[in-house]
Amino acid sequence: MTLSSTNPPKSLFAVDARTRKRNAAEARFRLYGLIAVGIGVLALIVLLTSVLGNGLGAFRQTFLQLPIALDAAKLDPSGNRDGEAMKKVTTIGYGKVIQTALIAEISQRGIATEGVSAKDIFGLVSKEAPAQLRDQVLANPGLIGQTITFKGLANGRVDGFFKGRVSMESAALDSNISPAQLVLAQQMRDAGMISVSFNPAFIFGSDASELRPESAGLGVAILGSAYMMLIVLALALPIGVAASIYLEEFAPQNKWTDLIEVNISNLAAVPSIVFGILGLAVFINFMGLPQSAPIVGGLVLTLMTLPTIIISTRASLKSVPPSIRDAALGIGASKLQSIFHHVLPLAMPGILTGTIIGLAQALGETAPLLLIGMVAFVREYPGAPPDGFFEPASALPVQVYNFTQRADPAFVERASGAIIVLLVFLVVMNTIAIILRRRFERRW
Amino acid sequence: MSVGVLTLGILALAGAGFVLGRKRALSSVSGDPRNLHSLPGYHGQSVALFTAIPALLVMLIWLLLQPLFLEQRIATLLTPADIPDGSSQALVMSDVHRVAAGLDALAAKDGLSEQDIDLLRADLSDIRSRLAGVGVAVGDAIKPGVLTAAKAYRLQSATGRLVMGALALLLAVTGFGWSMRRITPEFRARNVFERFVVALLIGASMVAVLTTLGILLSLVFETRHFFQLYPARDFFFSLTWNPQFRGGSDLGIIPLLWGTLYVSFIALLVAVPLGLMAAIYLAEYAGKKTRTLAKPLIEVLAGIPTIVYGLFALITVGPALRDWFAQPLGLGSSASSVMTAGLVMGVMLIPFVSSLSDDIINAVPQSMRDGSYGLGATKSETVKQVILPAALPGIVGAVLLAASRAIGETMIVVMGAGAAARLDLNPFEAMTTVTVKIVSQLTGDTEFASPETLVAFALGLTLFVLTLGLNVLALYVVRKYREQYE
Repeated sequence: MTLSSTNPPKSLFAVDARTRKRNAAEARFRLYGLIAVGIGVLALIVLLTSVLGNGLGAFRQTFLQLPIALDAAKLDPSGNRDGEAMKKVTTIGYGKVIQTALIAEISQRGIATEGVSAKDIFGLVSKEAPAQLRDQVLANPGLIGQTITFKGLANGRVDGFFKGRVSMESAALDSNISPAQLVLAQQMRDAGMISVSFNPAFIFGSDASELRPESAGLGVAILGSAYMMLIVLALALPIGVAASIYLEEFAPQNKWTDLIEVNISNLAAVPSIVFGILGLAVFINFMGLPQSAPIVGGLVLTLMTLPTIIISTRASLKSVPPSIRDAALGIGASKLQSIFHHVLPLAMPGILTGTIIGLAQALGETAPLLLIGMVAFVREYPGAPPDGFFEPASALPVQVYNFTQRADPAFVERASGAIIVLLVFLVVMNTIAIILRRRFERRW
Repeated sequence: MSVGVLTLGILALAGAGFVLGRKRALSSVSGDPRNLHSLPGYHGQSVALFTAIPALLVMLIWLLLQPLFLEQRIATLLTPADIPDGSSQALVMSDVHRVAAGLDALAAKDGLSEQDIDLLRADLSDIRSRLAGVGVAVGDAIKPGVLTAAKAYRLQSATGRLVMGALALLLAVTGFGWSMRRITPEFRARNVFERFVVALLIGASMVAVLTTLGILLSLVFETRHFFQLYPARDFFFSLTWNPQFRGGSDLGIIPLLWGTLYVSFIALLVAVPLGLMAAIYLAEYAGKKTRTLAKPLIEVLAGIPTIVYGLFALITVGPALRDWFAQPLGLGSSASSVMTAGLVMGVMLIPFVSSLSDDIINAVPQSMRDGSYGLGATKSETVKQVILPAALPGIVGAVLLAASRAIGETMIVVMGAGAAARLDLNPFEAMTTVTVKIVSQLTGDTEFASPETLVAFALGLTLFVLTLGLNVLALYVVRKYREQYE
């Protein structure tokens, strides 16, 4: 055997076929990787644009603005402006007042209404508008007898028309709205009676029934979520920190400690819905706590968040160098003193970061809350804590789910809008966590 | 006395204990703390702890156990005649609870005295409409037995509360007095306090164990209950899932498991190659700039709540798949399908797979790469022939963890996969999963003693065992692998 082969000698600069193939494979492989990263980033972008595109409209709403003469004879038959007596006039009565005022205003502005009946004209107004007017009058009986400028919600379909969700073609097939009504609405908008503007009631108002998507709001859900976060913070932070201190600083190396540690890492991977079953079986059926109450949701989310908090707290306790503990012990501090006076304050930024991230997770959690009755339709705001913790409330992610279960397509916009609110909260929380980490975490 | 007031009272006593204990310690050495074994604050804290903790603990345990005992005692008051046909004791007991709550509301609203309530009779006074007046709706006319039981329930729970209050207060006062009397200059208050605190820390770390125990117990108990009402053989081997609210349901788990595994399979088919390739690219190829930009972006996907993915599946992915693939290909006309849920779940799992694989790839020693390069291998050859085989156990672990995530995921399948239980191969057909059925069987007004509701617990137990098995297996594989290079 000689080293010389049968191949003629080649220039180093001429790439042979095999090398070319290998280089092509290399480039291909690299491209695959780039594509994978690209798909991941693209998915994120598509996800966010889809939600934003669908949801931004929810923050703006179509309103009707018109002068209404509040006739005392109709709205306060007893005539003494007594709140109790005035409550006898129902929303139907107020609806009639709005209807008359609306028709009068339209004819006064010279808008043609051929082919549109009085009932259809009133159909442009939301079914919620009479209740709005009634609340306004009951809150201030002095308004009766005056002519006020009333700004009320327009019907969801009219709203959809101005946002591009409802078209003339779809209206022709829709029993709730007709093309003629939409033409009228467009004329009213041109005349300045209808306007689209920012709607604070979407964020602060309470949920509304299936038939009036235009007045559904997130107030109860946001309050319920806030209550649950308070409970999670108040329970999970102290318990989690205490457990981590024990496991990191005191626990002897034995089977029992092992068991606890395996337990915690397993709990972190248990499907969230199983925690919901636990909440239903233990907190509601066994302990008799009320359904759909923030206290139950808070407890379930606490148990879910604990592993996250424990894992991050242990990591930040571990990162405090032993020299700190030794120095404290060396000048005569007890073990507990060295931990509580020196180690814990130094680990605090890391602990808080972990806690905020755990809270953000808990805020977006939906499945366990479905099982403990949070899906119920709740219109009333829960009271102030601590009683409010036991009153029915909704939660932000569950409200999203609720909106998607309703038939009217206008609720899709509401659901996406609610997601935007949820994401804003999450972004704020994560930003705080990042700032905390950047500003206060010490590298040793 | 309400629990809140009692707790506040005990805490106030503890606060007073701190101040007084501190004062007493100081006065025992006539104001010179140097003569004390422990700082005065520790004396105060030990008094406060011994006042508050035992009393609060007893209160908590009492509150947990009282309903159990009461339930049993009241249940013996009900005669078979009180339980109508087609109903169960549990249902009648829930009636008893509702009536008792209604009586409480009546007492609060109309100012009924205890004697008045005692005089109420099911056949004479129209209790049902009076209860409806305070917002408590009761189904049928209230039977005398139920009313008696409700009255007894009210009385006994009131007595129970009273005894609990007295006991807790007694304990608080005893703890207060006892720990105050212990205070002397030589008393090692700090050591006592620290031992107490360590005990509390141990208690806190028990919460995790108790949670697991609670999950297991509640699942196992209700599942056993379910199997008493419904044959286990049918549950595990029946091929149909068809719950009927009038009874006679088919509750076979196989179609649900099929849907779960099918969705998870598609999700892994998306997530594993993408996640793995992304991890390889970011670890081996990407420059520092790309890495610092792309890595957090991909990880944002992991921080997005699953409800957002669910909505994404429902309003964007589902209709798009239906209009562009399923209908043109004649494969189905449903927006919710296995494909929809699988794709979206796959996207959700990409960061999960990629960050786990990233850790594992980075853990492969540099010397192995250098050896491979030294032999003339290209980067991709090194990755494929050296790094991946070396990292394989870890990657398998990551895939197993991702699979366990996929199986337990709820919101995406609830909103994306559909609700029809079906054994089918067509991925554009709506199918359902274990988690979807847990949600649908446990939400809404369902009576709690029927197999249709209890089946959710059996499903939950199956899910728990499945995911736990995968997690333990994954941890085992990963741990095994780590040892290789450490």
